[in-house]
Amino acid sequence: MIYFDKVTKQYGDTSVLEDITLSVAPKEFVSIVGHSGAGKTTLLKLLLAEERPTEGSVFFESIDVNDLPNSALHHYRRKIGMVFQDFRLIPNKTAYENIAFAMEAAGRTDDEIASDVPYILELVNLADKARHFPTQLSGGEQQRIAIGRAIVNQPDLIVADEPTGNLDPINTYEIVEILKKINELGTTIIITTHNKGVVDAVGGRVVTIDRGRVVRDDTSGKYIL
Amino acid sequence: MNWMIIKRVLMSGSKNFVRGGAVSAATVIIMTVTLSIIGSLIFLSALLTFTLTTIKNKVDVSAYFVTSAAESDILAVKSQLEKLPQVEQVVYTSAEAALAAFRDRHASDQLTLQALQALGGNPLDASLEIRAKDPSEYASVVSFLESSPTLSSGGVSIIDRVNYAQNKEVIDRLSLAIQATREIGFAVVLIFAIASILIAFATIRLAIYIAKDEIAVMRLVGASNAYVQGPFIVTGVITGVVAATLVLLILWPVTWYVGAKTTAWFGGFSLAAYYGGHFPLVFSIIMLSSIVLGGVASVLAIRKYLNV
Repeated sequence: MIYFDKVTKQYGDTSVLEDITLSVAPKEFVSIVGHSGAGKTTLLKLLLAEERPTEGSVFFESIDVNDLPNSALHHYRRKIGMVFQDFRLIPNKTAYENIAFAMEAAGRTDDEIASDVPYILELVNLADKARHFPTQLSGGEQQRIAIGRAIVNQPDLIVADEPTGNLDPINTYEIVEILKKINELGTTIIITTHNKGVVDAVGGRVVTIDRGRVVRDDTSGKYIL
Repeated sequence: MNWMIIKRVLMSGSKNFVRGGAVSAATVIIMTVTLSIIGSLIFLSALLTFTLTTIKNKVDVSAYFVTSAAESDILAVKSQLEKLPQVEQVVYTSAEAALAAFRDRHASDQLTLQALQALGGNPLDASLEIRAKDPSEYASVVSFLESSPTLSSGGVSIIDRVNYAQNKEVIDRLSLAIQATREIGFAVVLIFAIASILIAFATIRLAIYIAKDEIAVMRLVGASNAYVQGPFIVTGVITGVVAATLVLLILWPVTWYVGAKTTAWFGGFSLAAYYGGHFPLVFSIIMLSSIVLGGVASVLAIRKYLNV
């Protein structure tokens, strides 16, 4: 489903990723671990076409991401749900509107939005906070809304960059459980984290990156650094 | 774009404006100041035109006719002058009318009236008072009179004299002053207009800069550039329209108050009367400027954040 083919990314003379070759199969739950600055976020940015590789190619399904023109990026990104460490909800939209925005952007009708968004709010246990703005929600609630936004268009892949990085242990547990449930329903998930508890709770494949290189690719869910 | 997208863009832009709080308020205030400057420039421009027209109307050239000139010949000259494209108006004053006006003017000056009585008859000439469209065109009008003199039946020119030569220096100086004032006025209006536009652009850019992370998220969740841009443009236009409405409302009491104090000083130009009489023009300029400023500034400001 996803294939990084000898990908190198440099900023000036500094290599952030070097010769990365990595593949992810459909319905996999992959945790990418490593120290801060190891290159985890850059790997995800290449997948989202936020950045372009200096060398090599990134494939999503049969699409060579490098070949996508800027004008086609929004179509490509609708196949991927994105969750960020700092939630990145749109501040002047309510919880309902933040989730609805992803559907509006994808061209879904008002009827579809009216039927799907309440369902997603129920799924992330925030039906009672639909009219709240992000500043009126806790960190864990904001992240659940962000997950709702990521899954509402039923993407093939969810990419989560340190999704529990700003959360306490209870909220971390809840977010991991939601992501596991989504994966069980057939969605491929890639998360980056340096939280051993998260990796252990997920229990799937773990790819370890150190100084821009893949140093370990373990199917048994071990976090070793 | 289909209707559903247009509706969503309009709704989203309106909500952004309402929910923008302090940012929306600050942008409206700056836009109000900007549009007030543009409004002031409209009045300044009108005052300048009024003043220059008043000065121009005070300048004329008179052609005096010999006492033997027949009225029909003088009216023929008048008719020829009126056909000249550079001539605005020609007023005929007969010798009798000139004498009556002279008597009226000196009604309280017995010495002058006695002197006139002593002369016997009417010593004053019939005349044509010629007003050109532009003071710089008097030379060509006088040249026309000199090059094609109308002859009386005795073979002598019926034009006794034209008072252009003695007024030439004043007219030339006035022409230069009018031209210079017009150019300086235009430059001042242009500079202030550009400065106002730049201030409005900078304010809207700042408002959009605050939302740059939001724009990046919109792109990452799959929104097209048009769908991201649309609400910001709508918000920019709403900001402009609200500011324009405020300016148009504020101008009523301001022109009334300032106009009452300055009409005499401005030589009869009333700001309130001008605003009332030219409201559709002022409304169109202010409203159009606000919509263009708000919309174009938003398009330009947001472009750099769309490359995510």
